[in-house]
Amino acid sequence: MDIASAIFYLLATLLVIASLLVVFLRNVVHCAMALVTALLLIAVLFITLHAPMVGVFQVMIYAGAIMVLFLFVIMFLNPATLEKQQGMWWGFGTILAALLAGVLIPLLGRDELPTDSVAATELFGSPEMLAKSLFNEFVLPFEIASVLLLVAIIGAVVLAKREHRA
Amino acid sequence: MIVGLQHYLILSAVIFSIGVIGVLIRRNLIVILMSIELMLNAVNLTFIAFSRYLGSTDGQVIVFFVMAVAAAEAVIGLAIIISVFRHRQTLDPQEMQLLKW
Repeated sequence: MDIASAIFYLLATLLVIASLLVVFLRNVVHCAMALVTALLLIAVLFITLHAPMVGVFQVMIYAGAIMVLFLFVIMFLNPATLEKQQGMWWGFGTILAALLAGVLIPLLGRDELPTDSVAATELFGSPEMLAKSLFNEFVLPFEIASVLLLVAIIGAVVLAKREHRA
Repeated sequence: MIVGLQHYLILSAVIFSIGVIGVLIRRNLIVILMSIELMLNAVNLTFIAFSRYLGSTDGQVIVFFVMAVAAAEAVIGLAIIISVFRHRQTLDPQEMQLLKW
């Protein structure tokens, strides 16, 4: 077992533990902290997969912006009451998700998939190469994404605004 | 043992299923939204792994769009949560049954 596999298995184990903590911890703030850990671990996985640019954006956008927003809402609403446990539905949901995993894992774990990665050039995953791709063949989705973000900003302001009662 | 594409795909499948568990069993809207973020990240990991093993950067570009959509979704979802909490003082989706027959 070489060092690259050791790093992958360590990251994968920590990632699964962090994800389980997100789902099964009862305090919302603890869930958010576990999610930050999971997102940072995924960023490290991105960097090991020769996608340093995406890894940096993962840290900035997810672990930075989105999680700050989540924590802000948690602090703002301050949901003091712990949620009620529910025995039957917990078991049902877990079995359903286990079935999904049982279908997905044999489907994805086939042996004919490539095991050795394509030899990465110096430029692979660099900002230069990504920008070339983004502004040539993906320029229309790029513009649509900007419109989507504008709509999201306006929608959030309208939804969260305090209502004026006439 | 070499780490191949299928290892990453299996890891993503496991993370995605954990996210599905979260959406199904939790009764807190904020945690449900966090589980959805977890599922989106599992998909991102799949895209990056394919981009690495097929030698194309298209997957990495698509991850940017997924991130943009995830950010928009989180913002709108949290705004809806704030507005619902203001009216009903609860985060339990079981309590939101005005449209339930």
